[in-house]
Amino acid sequence: MDSFIVISLIKAAVVLAALLGTLLYLQWVERKVIAHIQVRPGPYRVGPHGLLQPIADVIKLITKEDLIPPYVNKPLYLAAPFIAMTMALLPICVIPFGPTIEVAGYRTWMQLTDLNIGVLFVLAVSSMGVYGIALAGWSSNNKYALLGGLRSSAQMISYELPLSLAIAAPLLISNTLSLRQLVERQEGSILDWNILHGPFPQVLSFLIFLIAGFAETNRVPFDLPEAENELVAGFHVEYSSMKFASFFMAEYANMITVSSMAVLLFLGGWVAPWPARYGSGLVPAAIFAGAGVVALYHGMHPGHRRDRRTLPVFGAVFLAMAAVFLLPVVQAWLLPLFWFCAKTGSVLFTFMWVRGTLPRFRYDQLMGFTWKFLFPVAVANLLATGFLVAWLG
Amino acid sequence: MTLAIFLIFAVLAVVCAINVVVQTHPISSAISLVGVMGSLAVLYLQLGAEFIAASQVIVYAGAIMVLFVFVIMLLNAGAEVKHGRSLMAQLLGAPLLGALLALLAYFVQRLYPRGASVVFGGFTHGTPLDIGRALFTTYLLPFEATSILILIGIVGAIVLARKEMD
Repeated sequence: MDSFIVISLIKAAVVLAALLGTLLYLQWVERKVIAHIQVRPGPYRVGPHGLLQPIADVIKLITKEDLIPPYVNKPLYLAAPFIAMTMALLPICVIPFGPTIEVAGYRTWMQLTDLNIGVLFVLAVSSMGVYGIALAGWSSNNKYALLGGLRSSAQMISYELPLSLAIAAPLLISNTLSLRQLVERQEGSILDWNILHGPFPQVLSFLIFLIAGFAETNRVPFDLPEAENELVAGFHVEYSSMKFASFFMAEYANMITVSSMAVLLFLGGWVAPWPARYGSGLVPAAIFAGAGVVALYHGMHPGHRRDRRTLPVFGAVFLAMAAVFLLPVVQAWLLPLFWFCAKTGSVLFTFMWVRGTLPRFRYDQLMGFTWKFLFPVAVANLLATGFLVAWLG
Repeated sequence: MTLAIFLIFAVLAVVCAINVVVQTHPISSAISLVGVMGSLAVLYLQLGAEFIAASQVIVYAGAIMVLFVFVIMLLNAGAEVKHGRSLMAQLLGAPLLGALLALLAYFVQRLYPRGASVVFGGFTHGTPLDIGRALFTTYLLPFEATSILILIGIVGAIVLARKEMD
């Protein structure tokens, strides 16, 4: 019992640190991705390739003057960023990152806790997240903020329906609500993942889930609640300093939740695309070695003067990572973690890619799209899956 | 431990429920109602009804109350103005409330004596599996009848809304 408490505390600390670090650097990655889509270098000044930019941003946000306008409804104005942040960070405690591992004689899961209603828990917590945005919009006592809050609550209620229906279809195939069992039932190869699994491959519901996920996290092309060219900044226009930062972090935490849910529900969680006996264990080492060689090559032929020093260092780090992935001692827990992070990262990259490519929807298009197209398609997909599972499964 | 959690959330539920009535602004009342629903969900969870707890939060706190808040924000409803209470309410309000609560406590005590009270962890059939099986076998007819009732409600709402538009 005592070892359980200690292990849980250690796991909670590790997950929290990893999550906050990811939140910090996700923003840097996004700025870099968008910059390269728009053919510009992105953050480049603070540290090598702008790697210290997130830390500079955090220092700036913490030391900024925290202004509370006199006309706001103070209790709700103060509670709103807190609600948004809490509801965004909570789902991480049921998300599994890998199978059991053994550290110093103790066996434990790479997951904080496994609920038998894990999927419902994530849905419930994320459906509470809308209060943060709606209350921020209302309590700011500002017409732009109010419009942003209104839009976001209407949008999030509407897109929750196709989202839940899209989640229900793979659950019919896997026949469980526990996120850990969900992944265990997709074990094997890429053909056992729910997105390609018989009797009815869930490609359609994966796409619906992604689209609705974009809307739930208020991302482009569905970022109407904060549309800056019409609403200034929407619901968070009156927030400054760390209160603004918590809305910002909540958005990124929600993105991570949606991406990891997509990975767990459709893309097989920590399972490799093909079994280890056909050499899937060598893929991470190969990827890192390739990245290291590319970085070294560009270090030899630098585009900027600074790259002559930074890129060889990056190359050496990547090659060291590749060597770590070949050590048999750490492979047992590093490989599942790699596949989980790689899949989640790919979905997150899609989020950024879409932001760099698509324009914003008009508000009536946004509502029409979900009620007249996404919702019927999700219902049809669920019905087809249900019939086929009952008939063949 | 279970008793402590029960007491915390039971008190929270009652305090939030009183707050719903006491608050003058509709938004504050709505948020207090969300607090009631959340505390109730925790109590359901303690009683072993995980599925009910999750759907309580998803449906009531996460969807219906968001709609309430949305409508209040849309209408931009202001704070309620309290008029002076009538003499009758001032004199009889508190004693009548006390009498009602005492009566309720008496009947609960009569109907459910100590031995028959609920035990935490005594009920283990609250999983989604059990609920689903019960809904689609024993309670299929009530379940379908309820869904038709809700469908009628939706159709009625659309008819009323269309009449307004014309």
